Amino acid sequence: MDWSSWWATYSTLVLSLGVYGLMALSIYLTLSCGLLSLANAAFMGIGAYASAIVTLQYEGSFPAALLLGTAAPAAVALLIGVPVLRLSGVYLAMATLGFGEVVRVIALNLEITGGPLGLNGIPLLTEWWHVLLALVVTVALLQALRHSKVGRAFEAIREDETAARLMGIATERVKLLAFVLGAAIAGLAGGLNAHYTFTLSPGNFGFESAVDILTMAVLGGIQGVAGPLLGGALITLLPELLRGLQEFRMAANGLILIAVVLFMPQGIWAPLRFRRRPGK
Amino acid sequence: MLEQQIVNAISLGSVYALFALGFTLIFGILGVINLSHGGIFMLGAYAALLLLTRVNLPFWAALPLAMIGAGLLGLAIDALILKVLRKRGAPHLMPMIATIGAAILMTSLAQGLFGSETRRFPIDLFDQENLTFGSISIPLLQASITGLSVVLMVLMIWILRRTRLGQALRAIAESPRAAALLGIPVERLFHLTSFVAAALGGAAGILIGLSFDAISPFMGQPMLHKGIAAIILGGLEAVRAAVLGGLFLGATEVFAVTFLSSEYRDALSFGLLFLVLLWRPQGLFGAAATRSA
Repeated sequence: MDWSSWWATYSTLVLSLGVYGLMALSIYLTLSCGLLSLANAAFMGIGAYASAIVTLQYEGSFPAALLLGTAAPAAVALLIGVPVLRLSGVYLAMATLGFGEVVRVIALNLEITGGPLGLNGIPLLTEWWHVLLALVVTVALLQALRHSKVGRAFEAIREDETAARLMGIATERVKLLAFVLGAAIAGLAGGLNAHYTFTLSPGNFGFESAVDILTMAVLGGIQGVAGPLLGGALITLLPELLRGLQEFRMAANGLILIAVVLFMPQGIWAPLRFRRRPGK
Repeated sequence: MLEQQIVNAISLGSVYALFALGFTLIFGILGVINLSHGGIFMLGAYAALLLLTRVNLPFWAALPLAMIGAGLLGLAIDALILKVLRKRGAPHLMPMIATIGAAILMTSLAQGLFGSETRRFPIDLFDQENLTFGSISIPLLQASITGLSVVLMVLMIWILRRTRLGQALRAIAESPRAAALLGIPVERLFHLTSFVAAALGGAAGILIGLSFDAISPFMGQPMLHKGIAAIILGGLEAVRAAVLGGLFLGATEVFAVTFLSSEYRDALSFGLLFLVLLWRPQGLFGAAATRSA
C-alpha cells in the first residue's frame, strides 16, 4: 500500500491518536492537582462546537476558530469552577458528570448547534502537523508547569489540601487554574477534532466519552505526561485491535477496564513503581 | 387535569427515587459511585421478563425472584471488584472505572443474549381497570407501580432509621473504621448493602419497564444519568435527600411535558441541575456543610 492511500484510510485514526492524547493530558492536568473532574468531555464538546460554528457559520479562519474553541470552554470553566470546585473527591466527580449532561442537553436543544442532528459539513482543515504542534506545545507547557512553583502547588494540593493551604498556597486559585487550563486543552482538542470529522453531534461528548477519557489517564498512568499519551493511544486503538471479536468487542472492552483497575492500578507507565519513595 | 398530572409526577418520581435510593445507599455506606447500577437495573427487568414469559411465573413471584437475582449480581460485583479495591485503599476513581467496565460488560452481554430490540412485558399482567378517587382516575398498573416503590422506600427508610441494623449501617456511613472497632461486622454489612441496593435497582428496572412498556439493553445508561441527577438535586448525603431528589426530578419531567413540550423535558431537568450545582452544590435537600470525601 502506498503512502497516500494508507493515509486516506488511516488519517482519521492517526489524528484521533493525537486528539485523544491531548484529552488524556487535559484530564491528567486536573488529576495531578487532585481534582477528580469528569467535565473534560463536555469542555471538548464546547470547544468543538464553538470552533465549528466559527468556520461553518461565520466563515472565520481556522486559527480564529481554534482560538475561540480554546477560549470558550476556558471561560465556562472559570464561571462554573468557582462554585463547583468547592466540592471535592467523588462529589466533584458527580457534579462534573452532571455538568456534562447539561452541556449535552443544551447542544441538543439549541438552534446554533444544529439540535439533535448536530453540525454537518464542517470544513476539513486539520492537518497532521496542527495536531502534532498542539501536542508538542501542550507537553512542553505541562512539563514546564510541573517543575514550576505552580506545579509543586498542584502536587501539594493532591497529597494533602489542608496542609497545602496551611503552607500558604492559595488552594482555591491554584485549583481553578488547573480546572481552566484543563478545559482550554480539551477545547483545543475539540476544535481540532471537529475539523477532521466533518460532523459533530451532541452524543459525541456525553457520558461515554467522559468515561473513555478518564480511562485513558488511568490505563496509561498519571505519574508523568508519557502515561496519559500512551493510555490515549491504546484506548483509541482498542476498537481497531478488537475488531475480530465482533459483537463481543464491547464486552472485551469492559473486561479490560476491570482488569486494569484490579491488576494494574498505577497504569502501564508507572516509573515510580521501581523507585522507592522516601518515607513511604 | 392538574390532579392527573400530579399523580403521574408522583408515580414517575417514586420509581426514580427507588433507583436513586439504591445508588445512594452504595454511595453513603460503601463510599463508592457504583456506575454499574444502571446495568443491574436493566438486567433486573430482563430477569423478570424471562421469569414471566419462559418460566410462566405469576408477577408476584417473578418480582421478588428477579430482585434476588439483581441483588446477587450486586453482591458479585462487591465481592469480585469493590472488595479488592477496598482492601487496597484505592482512590475514588478506581471503583468508578471498574464499575463502568462492569456496566459495559452487562450491556454487551444483554445485547448478545437478548438482542438489541425493545422487548415488552406481557400485556395481561394487570387488569385494565382504573381506580377512581373523586375526579382522578388511576390505572391499576400505575397505582401498583407507585405503591410498590413507595412500600420498598418506606421499608428501607424504616430499617435505616429505626432498627439496630440501620444504626450499624449509619455508623459505617460515618466511619467504617470506627464501626469496625465497635464490633460491627463491617465487611458483611458492605455485602448486605450491595445486595439490597442492587435488588432495589432491579425492582426499579422492572417498574420502569412496566411503566414505559419497554425493556432494552440500553435502558440502564439514561437511568443512571437520572439517578445521578436525582441525587445531585436532592443531596448526596442522606437517603431522604435522594428520595426527594427523585420525586423532584419526576415532577419536573412530567410538568415540563405538560406545560412546555416534550423536547424541553431533559433541558428543564438538567437546566435545574445546573442551577443547583452553581447555587447549592450540596443539593436542594442536603446539609449545608461543605462536603469532602
